[in-house]
Amino acid sequence: MNSFANTPHSKPLETDRRMVKVSARDVCVRYGDKLALKHVDLDMECNQVTALIGPSGCGKSTFLRCINRMNDLIEGASVSGSLMLDGQDIYDRELDPVLLRARVGMVFQKPNPFPKSIYENVAYGPRIHGMANTRDELDEIVMTSLEKAGLLAEVKDRLEESGTGLSGGQQQRLCIARAIAVSPEVILMDEPCSALDPIATAKVEELIDELRQNFTIVIVTHSMQQAARVSQKTAFFHLGELIEVGETEEMFTTPRHSLTQGYITGRFG
Amino acid sequence: MQLLPLVIALLVLTSIGYYLGRGRALTMAGGSSRNLHSLPGYYGFYVALWCGIPAFLVLAAWLAFEPTLVRALVMNSLPPSAQALPEGELRLLMNEVRQFAGGRSYGREPSEIVIAAAEYYTSLKTTGFAALIVFSLSLAVAGLAWGRKRIHQQLRARVSVERAVKVFLIISSTIAVFTTIGIVMSLLFESIRFFQAVPPMEFLFGLNWSPQTAIRADQVGSSGAFGAVPLFAGTLLISLIAMTVAVPVGLFSAIYMAEYAPSRVRAVVKPLLEVLAGIPTVVYGFFAALTVAPFLRDSGSVLGLSVASESALAAGLVMGIMIIPFISSLSDDVITSVPHSLRQGSYGLGATKSETIRQVVIPAALPGIVGGVLLAASRAIGETMIVVMAAGLAANLTANPFEAVTTVTVQIVTLLVGDQEFDSPKTLAAFALGLVLFCVTLVLNVVALHVVRKYREKYD
Ligand SMILES: Nc1ncnc2c1ncn2[C@@H]1O[C@H](COP(=O)(O)OP(=O)(O)OP(=O)(O)O)[C@@H](O)[C@H]1O
Ligand SMILES: [Mg+2]
Repeated sequence: MNSFANTPHSKPLETDRRMVKVSARDVCVRYGDKLALKHVDLDMECNQVTALIGPSGCGKSTFLRCINRMNDLIEGASVSGSLMLDGQDIYDRELDPVLLRARVGMVFQKPNPFPKSIYENVAYGPRIHGMANTRDELDEIVMTSLEKAGLLAEVKDRLEESGTGLSGGQQQRLCIARAIAVSPEVILMDEPCSALDPIATAKVEELIDELRQNFTIVIVTHSMQQAARVSQKTAFFHLGELIEVGETEEMFTTPRHSLTQGYITGRFG
Repeated sequence: MQLLPLVIALLVLTSIGYYLGRGRALTMAGGSSRNLHSLPGYYGFYVALWCGIPAFLVLAAWLAFEPTLVRALVMNSLPPSAQALPEGELRLLMNEVRQFAGGRSYGREPSEIVIAAAEYYTSLKTTGFAALIVFSLSLAVAGLAWGRKRIHQQLRARVSVERAVKVFLIISSTIAVFTTIGIVMSLLFESIRFFQAVPPMEFLFGLNWSPQTAIRADQVGSSGAFGAVPLFAGTLLISLIAMTVAVPVGLFSAIYMAEYAPSRVRAVVKPLLEVLAGIPTVVYGFFAALTVAPFLRDSGSVLGLSVASESALAAGLVMGIMIIPFISSLSDDVITSVPHSLRQGSYGLGATKSETIRQVVIPAALPGIVGGVLLAASRAIGETMIVVMAAGLAANLTANPFEAVTTVTVQIVTLLVGDQEFDSPKTLAAFALGLVLFCVTLVLNVVALHVVRKYREKYD
């Protein structure tokens, strides 16, 4: 698709499950004068789900937005430190953030389907990136994306209806399908289930687990159970600092830091 | 007349009523408002209403009926010889009486009759006004006393005051509604009279407009033709030119303002654009007539085109400029109200800014934008001043923007300005044109509001 994607490192090695996909070193984010994220070091690995947890306002979303440079769109926000995607600097001057965002997709807290048909919602990304040359190829992409997002069965007969007419859970899966359709390598999810009921949440969690086969996933969540269920690695943030990071199981059974322990046992936050 | 002091006196009484009522309620409650049903202020308003409303109603009634009453009385007092005069002369006579009573001369020596009637008129006026003063003031005082007497701890003053406020608001809106109905009715009745003289089919579909009817029977060359199609065509042509200018410029500047402009630029440019909306249309009119039209004519002749010095193009261009802020500020509102999450979703997929605007923001805002454009169109169709000054009077049926055309509004103005009898078809035609104009803009506005409202429901 672009030269950036064709660097020697860009193909994740299926064999090496521990390969680092995104690595953050000494990342600080400022909103104006306010330091919102302080010296964060964090590695996110291929084919793993990394969960970001922490009390409200601790900088989880801020960190997530660094990875696809959505912070660029916020007036007054500035990022320092280094963020690497497959060993390449995300904040390189030469790098086009538009191309980066095709490689690093994002799913938002509130389902935000475009006020277009279901089909057009999914076809939107492939169209703007010129990924399909014919209508058949586009159909193919749309169908497989909907399939992967577990939505195809429900919307097969109503692809021309508006995406905003779906239920909240379906809308969120539509947004996931929309993100998958541009075949990103990393998918960022900012509290993807916070607007959903338990059944829809279970479906999305199941989906996340499946998507792990093909994508690197970073998810922000306020639910400890969700973090425990879907993630392999968990990072705990507090007041803009990364307090503790580790294997999810370890983290939830034997947290090292007292703040982490307090948070996951529900003593604050 | 000494109306103002009376009004002030009544207002003073009313406010005294407020304080008395409030004070009394507080005394009755032993100084603590917790023993009262309503807050002390409501008792104040309660007394003030009792004091003010009857008195002001009497005042209003007097203002409405006094002149007719006095006139009738004076007329009755005239000697039978004068009463037998024809309607028009009687009116003249009454005018003279009024003028003389007011101390102005009427240009000739007043007759006996007039002097006597004027004296009677003056005395009626003075006694009437004295009676009004006494009556309304005593009514106010009585109301005050009555309202104050009724105050007790359990009095639900708040409920009464709220009810009075509601009634007042209902009356206000009724006035507005009835005014509208009145205007439409008068338009309708005069139009019906016009259509008795000119068949509606001829009016709506006739291709020839020359409304000069003969004033005297022996006048020549003025047959009068009332085919309004050239006017509709002219209106349409000018509005089209205006919209061609205003829609792109307005929309693009709205997009710039909403999506691209840094907040500092926006803070300066947006009010500047809105200044355009504050310029009086007469100013646009002479800008069109004195600057744009000659410029177009001159540049036309350089290019070998013949542009009339009053052209549809000049009027349309300037009208377009006038409408720009309309479209830009309405579009700006709907564009900024497109949820931020949609833009984020699009950026998150790797769309560029212009792709996001083109494919997500504008489609989402489209119903609102269309509504704004329709509102602007109805504004353009009804616009008068610019076209009066710049478009000309010639009822040409043409699609050529370089020629002079005329519009419905221009013709209404020219039909009514002049000294023709008020019930000739020429004057009545203005009402028929007004009716058509009213219907067209009404439909446009209703459609536009409907579209805008439908859009609003979607995101809020
Ligand atoms: N656009 C912004 N402008 C200024 N300050 C911001 C902005 N966005 C976030 N912040 C600040 O940065 C800090 C971190 O915010 P962030 O949204 O990353 O928190 P969060 O961990 O995602 O919280 P939540 O769980 O409530 O979503 C907060 O103190 C917030 O006030
Ligand atoms: Mg957040």
